[in-house]
Amino acid sequence: METAFTPLQSLFGGGLIGLAAVLLMALHGRIAGATGILSGLLWPGDASGRAWRGAMVLGMVLAPVIFALASGAMPQVTVTAPSLGVLATGGVLVGVGVSLANGCTSGHGVCGIARLSTRSIAATMTFMVATAVTVYVIRHGMGGA
Amino acid sequence: MRMLSYLLIGLIFGLGIVVGGMANPAKVVNFFDIAGTWDPSLAFVMGGALAVTAIGYRIVLRRNAPLFGGGFALPTRRDIDERLLGGATVFGVGWGIAGFCPGGSIPALGTGRVEVFVFVAAMIGGIVLVRMVERGR
Repeated sequence: METAFTPLQSLFGGGLIGLAAVLLMALHGRIAGATGILSGLLWPGDASGRAWRGAMVLGMVLAPVIFALASGAMPQVTVTAPSLGVLATGGVLVGVGVSLANGCTSGHGVCGIARLSTRSIAATMTFMVATAVTVYVIRHGMGGA
Repeated sequence: MRMLSYLLIGLIFGLGIVVGGMANPAKVVNFFDIAGTWDPSLAFVMGGALAVTAIGYRIVLRRNAPLFGGGFALPTRRDIDERLLGGATVFGVGWGIAGFCPGGSIPALGTGRVEVFVFVAAMIGGIVLVRMVERGR
């Protein structure tokens, strides 16, 4: 299924992600990684550790609502997985993978690479290749078009 | 003020994800489908996020401490081990199958779509699984 190429809109979205990462570092000295925030929410060191992560997650979840109020429509979410079982399998793999790697697209791919961390550069190159190979196999290697 | 600042940072992050297209699996998967219905948009998301963060971090980390106090919590590890690369590989396979990464899926919850809740529940299951296996060692 085709999606529209949105270079300016996506660049602007990326800039907002960067702004959030810089603000979190400037105000609170923390890395804006979704994996770390989720794990810390599940097993916080103390009550305040849960509160700030909860506030961030709440802000993230409110984003589509604010987007809808501003634009008049909810953001498009088109699920490509053929069934809920496949989607959940992908979810388990994502959870296991980011836990082992201690980070994902935001923590390693944005914050880590911005700091020129060799671990984050290695992790990001690895998952980008693994994702591309997986998409190729699913779409072109399993009898697909 | 402190909690409000976290909420607003989460909101800005989420808006970036939503506007950029990272909350839409069709767009994410198409970014990786160079041989098919390629949509290079996500390169612009990553590029924009990296440019702002790289420049912003350089300015911010010159200060002695964050504005709300405490210190800068920066990762110090430099070793590249099997756990990092293996984990990144498993994450990549999952991202390719589902089209959601953690930072893309959490804002997508706000759309109220059942599929997103299924994905996030499974992802949390995966995170808990690793924790349980490591605790059981």
